[in-house]
Amino acid sequence: MERFVDLTLAGVTSGAIYAAVALALVLIWRATRIVNFAQGGMLMITTFIGYTVIQHGGSYWLALAVAIVSGLVLGAVVERVLIRPVENRSPLSAVVVTFGLLVLLQGLAGMIFGGTPRSYPPAFSIIGFGNANHRLLFAPNDLWVVLVVVGVMAVLALVFRRTSIGLRMRAAAFAPEVARLLGVRVGRMLTLGWALAAGVGALAGVLVAPTTFVSPTAFDATLVYGFTAAVIGGLDSPPGAVVGGASLGLALSYVSGYLGSDLVPLGALVVLMVVLMVRPSGLFGAPAGRRV
Amino acid sequence: MLDVVGLTASYGPVRALEDVDLHVEQGAITAVLGANGAGKTTLLRVISGLLRPQQGTVRFAGRDVTRRPPEALVRLGMAHVPEGRGVIAELTVEENLRLGGLWRRDRAWLRAGTSQMFELFPPLAARRSKRAELLSGGERQMLVIARSLMSRPRLLLLDEPSLGLAPLVSAQIIATLRELCNETGLTILLVEQNAATALSVADFAIVLNLGRKVEDDRAERLAADDRVRHAYLGM
Repeated sequence: MERFVDLTLAGVTSGAIYAAVALALVLIWRATRIVNFAQGGMLMITTFIGYTVIQHGGSYWLALAVAIVSGLVLGAVVERVLIRPVENRSPLSAVVVTFGLLVLLQGLAGMIFGGTPRSYPPAFSIIGFGNANHRLLFAPNDLWVVLVVVGVMAVLALVFRRTSIGLRMRAAAFAPEVARLLGVRVGRMLTLGWALAAGVGALAGVLVAPTTFVSPTAFDATLVYGFTAAVIGGLDSPPGAVVGGASLGLALSYVSGYLGSDLVPLGALVVLMVVLMVRPSGLFGAPAGRRV
Repeated sequence: MLDVVGLTASYGPVRALEDVDLHVEQGAITAVLGANGAGKTTLLRVISGLLRPQQGTVRFAGRDVTRRPPEALVRLGMAHVPEGRGVIAELTVEENLRLGGLWRRDRAWLRAGTSQMFELFPPLAARRSKRAELLSGGERQMLVIARSLMSRPRLLLLDEPSLGLAPLVSAQIIATLRELCNETGLTILLVEQNAATALSVADFAIVLNLGRKVEDDRAERLAADDRVRHAYLGM
């Protein structure tokens, strides 16, 4: 029973991070119908930027802020410069562009920082709650990770549901042509959507960095799990990304604890396969066949 | 109010409009009639900036607005209600309405305008917080018209407002529009396949056939002209 509680808590923590990565992918998919394969590279670069801040004596919090802001800027620049020209082309063009960007960013980071994994400090203690006799697999830093992800999700939900900029962004994503006829500057909304997504991604990068370390390829696995979480949730729905992230985090934690940690990547693929077989559109996705 | 001169537009190799002229009088309803594929919808799409013309100019309220994007034209006072299901189904009725007036950045108007629209179209009021996908065809049409009125346009481009509606419902909608014109000086450019409905409410009308303008006159004279009625309007 103790073990089960431990694994559940650990699953919630990693699930929060998968949910954040999934949300970054979902926001972009919803707005532009593009799967951003470069997301892993983008959050890797922003985490390196945070790492550099810490190297130069900056605090964890300063590094976090700088990473998120550079994520916002990077997302906006990528949309404007690289994505805008292929937005109305065949979907494959966008796939090639985002893949190319991933390779470019990883190469760039390798040239600047080298391939050796660097350690990234956590915000709070990583010694589990409890006493010397028994410690939970859940530390103050894990609590911070879960709380900040839940907080960001809540803020984003409020922005989308309750503000006029959120209404514009939703309109631009659901019906770009109608939105333009109503005076919405759809291009700006797409840029903003990419910026927000990359900001959420940057946050996820900093949160996961103490566990994965920082290197050009350190976040590949995180991205694969985030993508799996997004697909489980339906790729189209922000709540779906959260539920997908949480359930994948839990599932993988149980796999790791009861069956062995070598099986985790396999476990993710099995979960993905089962979801796609039973509900191809994901848990929260609209049934196939888009409305016109 | 609106002057279109020598407009030519195509979809790829298909020519949809050929050298079309159109004058829309301030405060009047001008109808654009013609069969399916005559170029009526294309004409509206070019005027509102959704489609770029090959040739010709569009002048609106004294300015050359050819090739301006729709989001800029809205800010000059033009509202285009597209054909069919222009409602954004995922948003609620109220969100759809607010969206129409958002660019004005005027909170007081958003509130006042929304309640004004609910007065104008009572069926919408009962469903204000429902998703628009739950509305009937007539309610959807009311919603898209109300939504475009939220921008307080001077010129309203309406594409087939009676399409797929029960005659009674479309008569109601048309009557509401006529009242708006008379009371507020709104100008309407109305595209209709149903010539009888359109001519009964319009002041002026043009007839398009295969992308060319073939008639241009006062509505009651076109309605009385047997040759035109047989040749183009199927009446």
